Amino acid sequence: MSEAFTTSTARNIFYGGTMFFLLVFLALTYQTEQVIPQRDKREMLSDPNVVAGKKLWETNNCIGCHSLLGEGAYFAPELGNVVARLGSQEAVMAFIQSRPAEGVPGRRSMPQFNFTEQQLKEIAAFLNYVGQIDTAKWPPNIQG
Amino acid sequence: MQYKSQAVAKPYFIAAIALFVAQILFGLIMGLQYVWGDFLFPHIPFNVARMVHTNALIVWLLMGFMGAAYYLIPEESETELHSPGLAIALFWIFLVAAGLTVVGYLTVPYATLAKMTGNDLLPTMGREFLEQPLITKLGIVVVALAFLFNITMTVLKGRKTAINTVLLIGLWGLAIMFLFSFYNPHNVVRDKFYWWWVVHLWVEGVWELILGAILAFVLIKVTGVDREVIEKWLYVIITLTLITGILGTGHHYYWIGTPESWQLIGSIFSGLEPIPFFAMTLFAFNMVNRRRREHPNKAATLWALGTGVMAFLGAGVWGFLHTLAPVNYYTHGTQITAAHGHMAFYGAYVMANLTIISYAMPLMRGRAANSNKAQVAEMWGFWLMTIAIVFITLFLTAAGILQVWLQRVSDSPVPFMVAQDNIALFYWMREWSGVAFLVGLLVYIWSFFIPGEEKAA
Repeated sequence: MSEAFTTSTARNIFYGGTMFFLLVFLALTYQTEQVIPQRDKREMLSDPNVVAGKKLWETNNCIGCHSLLGEGAYFAPELGNVVARLGSQEAVMAFIQSRPAEGVPGRRSMPQFNFTEQQLKEIAAFLNYVGQIDTAKWPPNIQG
Repeated sequence: MQYKSQAVAKPYFIAAIALFVAQILFGLIMGLQYVWGDFLFPHIPFNVARMVHTNALIVWLLMGFMGAAYYLIPEESETELHSPGLAIALFWIFLVAAGLTVVGYLTVPYATLAKMTGNDLLPTMGREFLEQPLITKLGIVVVALAFLFNITMTVLKGRKTAINTVLLIGLWGLAIMFLFSFYNPHNVVRDKFYWWWVVHLWVEGVWELILGAILAFVLIKVTGVDREVIEKWLYVIITLTLITGILGTGHHYYWIGTPESWQLIGSIFSGLEPIPFFAMTLFAFNMVNRRRREHPNKAATLWALGTGVMAFLGAGVWGFLHTLAPVNYYTHGTQITAAHGHMAFYGAYVMANLTIISYAMPLMRGRAANSNKAQVAEMWGFWLMTIAIVFITLFLTAAGILQVWLQRVSDSPVPFMVAQDNIALFYWMREWSGVAFLVGLLVYIWSFFIPGEEKAA
């Protein structure tokens, strides 16, 4: 690189450029926070089942196999649209309940979590809430 | 080795490599579970194996970064480390905490672990890569702060160079961004939005500063090129990194409920993210071509060049492959993401760590470089692991393309598990490539036990 372009010039561009784009990023974050209430279905969080369902989702590490809005592991189906795919929250509950404790020979199978009826309701309510979020028409189809 | 306290890096490097082995073993378990669904079920379900695989990776890379900092900061600052005793104490605390966390993952159900470790006080668990119990997360913060105190004090009392300054900014950034792991709102959109402030701003942000600093340090040492030239390159590379990478976070904000304006911003800036990686490749090759000395450690030079190439391929090219919003619409959350993740982590962060280890370990063992025989074995490890990761990536890419087609694009899209059954062949080939990777890793480790020549350091 040329002599005119010194290390201290490079350093100043680094600090200036980084600060500038950091500020742009923070401004865009502010703008995002202003816009998302129209997309994130936060009114559904007033249902305590949804909040409890999110905690169950986390404390059973569901993301360790599944993806949720495309993020997570890719070992088991996408669950952002699972209520629509299986048809109802009851169908989701029935599926979770029906998993054999010892698995299925030779196949992937979801563990049996021994959830209570109330916990099943909470998980289904949480997945139903995620399914209502405006995701810019993702996933491309119902298969997730 | 110019300063006695640099030796504290040694246990960090050894533990890093041990955890690397654990990471690969659990990777092989997961790979097998992809095709042999009930392997080890229900004792080690996939999600548990995955936590061990990804968390062992994160912890060993952090171990390596800390070892790298302890090694290069005294030498750059031209002074002994502020407190070598603190560095050793932190090593044991970090290692024991990591070990207990893994034991927790493997021996108790995750929900029980959450209850036992106070997740009810502040729920932070159960989010990808941030699965650690609250006490482990707090432990990480304490260790990170004490570590930063130790190295910052060292830099403050000694010489300030571009390399130790950039490394410090990277490490402070790493610790600060990790604090967002304690923020877990009920709102899934906001949860995901800020979760990326840890994950993306680590690997496509501040970690690249650490990577650049490590690479620059080793290149100065093995090539003898003027510091002035190398430091200028370092600033240019990290400038490109952050002006593309910060707004590049937008490529995670396409489909999670965030405004659609992110599709344009994310596509433009993340589309430019390969540029700093390409600059890094040019940097490594240029410096080696302009070298002013023939350093006896050929293996370290090979790792440095390999980092340049593989980081560009894995992070740059495979990242670009699916980063534009119209493409990502189809590939989001498929094996394409897994393919990119494997080569990017290996090419950038695994190889950067192995570069500094390759350079520093012989010096800490009292010689400028290992014997020719040991270096040849190390280079076999390099090629076996590198070629294996290329094949893992290619097979996962093939699996991903077929998955996208079968499940999302064809006239009659099939359910997830039907698509998985149809691409099992590629998962088998990925698993065998994984076995080759393990062989490479074992050869690499074996190279440490081949006696070195007694050349003075």
